[in-house]
Amino acid sequence: MGQTLTEKLLAAHCGRDFVVPGEIINATLDLVICHEVTTPPAVEMLKKLGITKVFDPSKILVTPDHFVPNKDIRSAELASALRRWREEQGIARYYEVGNHGICHALAPEQGHVLPGQTIVCGDSHTTTMGALGTFATGIGSTDLAAALATGELWFKVPETMRIDLEGPLPFGVYSKDIILALIARIGVDGARYMAMEYGGSALQSLSMEARFTITNMAIEAGGKNGVMPADAVAEAYVKARTDEPYTVFHADADAAYASRFSLDVGALEPMVALPSLPSNGRFVGEVPPDRMDQVYIGSCTNGRLEDLRIAASILKGNKVARGTRAIVVPATTEVWKQAMREGLLEIFADAGCVVSTATCGACLGGHMGVLGPGERCLSTTNRNFMGRMGSTKSLVYLASPATAAATAIAGVIADPRDYLPRPLLPEPCPADGKPVLVAAGADEYLWGV
Amino acid sequence: MTRTILRGKAHVYGRAHINTDEIIPARHLNVHEETELAKHAMEDIDTAFVARVREGDILLAGDDFGCGSSREHAVWALRGAGIRVVVASSFARIFFRNAINNGFLAIECPEAATFAESGDDLEVDLKAGLLRNLTRQREARFVPLTDFAEALLAVGGLLPYIQAKALKEGA
Repeated sequence: MGQTLTEKLLAAHCGRDFVVPGEIINATLDLVICHEVTTPPAVEMLKKLGITKVFDPSKILVTPDHFVPNKDIRSAELASALRRWREEQGIARYYEVGNHGICHALAPEQGHVLPGQTIVCGDSHTTTMGALGTFATGIGSTDLAAALATGELWFKVPETMRIDLEGPLPFGVYSKDIILALIARIGVDGARYMAMEYGGSALQSLSMEARFTITNMAIEAGGKNGVMPADAVAEAYVKARTDEPYTVFHADADAAYASRFSLDVGALEPMVALPSLPSNGRFVGEVPPDRMDQVYIGSCTNGRLEDLRIAASILKGNKVARGTRAIVVPATTEVWKQAMREGLLEIFADAGCVVSTATCGACLGGHMGVLGPGERCLSTTNRNFMGRMGSTKSLVYLASPATAAATAIAGVIADPRDYLPRPLLPEPCPADGKPVLVAAGADEYLWGV
Repeated sequence: MTRTILRGKAHVYGRAHINTDEIIPARHLNVHEETELAKHAMEDIDTAFVARVREGDILLAGDDFGCGSSREHAVWALRGAGIRVVVASSFARIFFRNAINNGFLAIECPEAATFAESGDDLEVDLKAGLLRNLTRQREARFVPLTDFAEALLAVGGLLPYIQAKALKEGA
């Protein structure tokens, strides 16, 4: 019997030829990522136990990201605890404020994520990095302490749900719409305790940045990890960033999946997930045109360069509606800088958007755009739970950066297809394995690439 | 796990998908002391929760309890508030993991959401695998813990478990 991609990755990290769903294994870890909210408690646990050294400083990456720059005195204490600890431990891979980024976007962007790795972080959106053919999952602080001390962690081998994405992605529809449609179909616990493995023709045509958006939200379906095979697109992304060697794993053709189905992305339209569950996705045309007090474009889900390019292509020459605030939060400092070089920040500023430094910020109601009672926000983030972005009496709607940009201009939930520049070029050709944009040509139109 | 029978009052939140943002909102994540977090446990669902809970009480919940963010602060907040055990119809993966890693009991029982009213006297019989409602004279079987979860709970969580293992291997 063959094995799924997740089973292959886990077997390779516990010295076995195969693993079986349901069994508990101890897997070695290739990368442990640390941020300022969940790491300080783990460090305190280690100190209490008298463990003074991490297992291997070279396998740890540290960046503050949740409340950057410090939002208050207590978050400043967390950030300085993180900073002191990484100095003590001699961890070289540290991204200080000014070079920082949301860890799930930063780690792959800076070439630290390689196909075949096992990756953990005290954060549920660690699943993002599975798009590069890794086993990446979110853990708590006790797990993090154990991971930092031993370089290993226990895992129950998950069953795998296989999802084949098929068909050409329609104009104005993006990877965010795919994942919102998928979660609407299977529910917020539809993949509880499971690996979500992706394949299919539509996946091959997605850029790496677009893919991260899909694996990012595995946890919103209850998944343990999201994983995609490291194909030519993934390898090109990695090789552009690092010379480190890596191993690519593939699912066997006769792998045993707990469930398997296809999603026809050609039938999709732009999606909006209504408050207050990510599974409340509807086609934008079926959603009442509610007035939005705020639009938020950013996060580890949709704060990458491609996302900002799409939003800018819509906002260029337009103004944010009176009565609506638009906040743009690049996911990393590098994204911010590249957006500046390309003139995107100017487009946002001219349209009347606030552009923030990279931070988890208001996605989790931290800072930089927290919602008050009665306010509504259309957001490109990953969760619209009650109170997630601030007051428990506020409402959050989830959508793609294109839908968010269109909504910012309209002031009410709007269909991005009414605002996107029409493509000049026909379908992009993925045959050469070059990353292609899902923006249905919006970028070609604007940026002439 | 020093005791095999636990008794406490029920606090019932039968809704499915109670997430960790609700158990402890992110605005309180700038601290991680259990006593501090405890002051805000469940406050976005029920502002009276903290005042009502007594040490040793039992929280009953529906499906997918603890979904969303991986914050272990959710376990610490509940434990700090006095909750001894959470019994849910089912758990989200990371919450369950965080619970047993802390030596904190998270028990799966399909009937949890409708088994009791808040204030009922409950008994969790770990040996028999039974949840009893002493107020209403009924009982329900819960899903037995795995051997691995039992092993973690027996020593008080993942870190003591690892320490014990390291000592054993070193000896």
